[in-house]
Amino acid sequence: MSTDANSLDDLKSAATDAAEVPKESATTYVPFYKRVLAQKQGKIGLTITVVIVVLALCGPLLLPWATGNTATQFVTKPFSPYGLFGSDNLGRDVLSRFLAGGVTLIVYGVLATALGMIVGALVGMLAAYIGGTFDAVIMRINDVFLAIPQLVFALLAITVLGPQGWVLVTVIGLTHAPRIARVARSATLGVITEDYIKAAEMYAMPRWKVLIRELLPNITGPLSVEAGLRLTYSIGYIASLSFLGLGLQPPAADWGLMINENRIALSIQPWGVLLPVVAIALLTIGTNLLADSFARATASTSVEA
Amino acid sequence: MFGKVIGKRLLFSAFILIAVSLLVFGATLLLPGDAARAILGQQATPERIAALNEQLGLDQPAWQRYFTWLGGLFVGDFGTSSATGGSVGALLGDRIGASFILMGLAAIISVPLGIGLGVYQALHRGKRRDQAMTGVSLVLAAMPEFVIGIGLIAIFATSVFQILPAVTLAPPGEPVWNRPEQLILPTLTLILVVTPYIVRMMRATMIEVLDSGFVEMARLKGVPEKRVIMRHAVPHALGPVAQVVAIQLAWLAGGVVVVEFLFRYPGLGQALIDAVTYRDVQVVQAISMLVAAVYVVVNLAADVVGILTNPKLRSAA
Repeated sequence: MSTDANSLDDLKSAATDAAEVPKESATTYVPFYKRVLAQKQGKIGLTITVVIVVLALCGPLLLPWATGNTATQFVTKPFSPYGLFGSDNLGRDVLSRFLAGGVTLIVYGVLATALGMIVGALVGMLAAYIGGTFDAVIMRINDVFLAIPQLVFALLAITVLGPQGWVLVTVIGLTHAPRIARVARSATLGVITEDYIKAAEMYAMPRWKVLIRELLPNITGPLSVEAGLRLTYSIGYIASLSFLGLGLQPPAADWGLMINENRIALSIQPWGVLLPVVAIALLTIGTNLLADSFARATASTSVEA
Repeated sequence: MFGKVIGKRLLFSAFILIAVSLLVFGATLLLPGDAARAILGQQATPERIAALNEQLGLDQPAWQRYFTWLGGLFVGDFGTSSATGGSVGALLGDRIGASFILMGLAAIISVPLGIGLGVYQALHRGKRRDQAMTGVSLVLAAMPEFVIGIGLIAIFATSVFQILPAVTLAPPGEPVWNRPEQLILPTLTLILVVTPYIVRMMRATMIEVLDSGFVEMARLKGVPEKRVIMRHAVPHALGPVAQVVAIQLAWLAGGVVVVEFLFRYPGLGQALIDAVTYRDVQVVQAISMLVAAVYVVVNLAADVVGILTNPKLRSAA
């Protein structure tokens, strides 16, 4: 994606003509999304993620075409008139439940990630920007939260508050926050000594404006990597919890729940398990590949030829 | 001086555990309704509820109950299960061993495996096998553990081959190690989840170390390549990796929950899921504290390894 020779020459001659042309314009800066898509991981990850997300979001719309069939338990012949992928433990059509079962997982995953990113980034930036005792106290509190694995924390919350959607989203988002805050804090510490921050402070720009307008845009790189990773983990945790029977409750259609309900019949009717397992696997692989390509794109501001 | 650093870490670990216990106990205060009515049912007379409240200590203020509970933890008294009415300690007793066997096996295999593969990749960096292994570890690191577990069941127990048992079918009371073939799939699942992170970290730090001046110096003065890697490079790369290993081992304490549920393995995780389903708060509290304790101990060990492998800290600290 390097600039072609002509325009580079133009820039050089312009630079010699007018000395005040900023140095930036002569570098081969490439926008973030192009840097991501220039990599194999980025392309594959984005394609997989988009395919699964579109499938999950449009699935419920395709239902009238796929449903409309109740057979006896575990019809063992997929690709039969009983439905393309057979039926499940209660005689329900596997394909239609699969098409209907991805929306909640994706919506919860995105919401939990968004909550964690907002809280975590805010706390981390504030800790780094304010510093001193506030920073020390926040980071010690962080250490306490990090001592309990996220899944165990979620189980504790579900015991007390019950298996409801908002509990899952809130607890997973909030347990992401200390982990994100660490990243946001160290990224902020990296830019906080820059001259443009000092300049903004000298202009008596309000503190919150310095945070939002000066600091935040300059740590989007590490934060985007973190968002990709956290989305992968959110999807994993939410799928795990509904697999454990602690997410959506029957008779809802949900990928994790489907796996739990159909796994006893894995040997005679594998499709009820395999469809959602493959979908969850592909979705998490896609988002993880994207996160990896974000990390590489952040590491260099231009793409090696 | 060395002891002082370790002492500081110990104090900090104790602080973390106390704070976690406050958090875990505080969660129960959010519990709606009262435990006595939940146990006795709607028809219970006020006298019986009062009696049970007194028996459970629920008539005392929260801070008093907290200290009773915390004191109990130190002497191994984890309270009474509200679902079964039995002692939580007895319920967890047999299961702790079973879980530690699973976690121990996974740790013993995956740590050296991860370090070995990481070194191998670093030595062959940029080649096709390095890229292939990076791809595989990215894929494995992404998937939730139950997805990997079901994949293994489909391949080795049901759909493709039928060579390994899909679930653990030990009669109650029989130790799990009497049937080693039932341990293979759960252990393998945990290994596949934990190893990729160790491999990636080891590869990264090893590459950094291999590029550093002292490794070049060792090569230039004619040290055999094998010795350069084993004596000069690897020990240096282990410090940062110890942190990742600690995070992964601590993760095992939580990740084992889903894997045990999947394979019906009679361990702590299975007990935890049952307790959550029946909202048996005392059991959930006890297991949460145990898991946090494992995390703190493992992290302490990682800090000590970090200090021991870093000559600067070893002498000056």
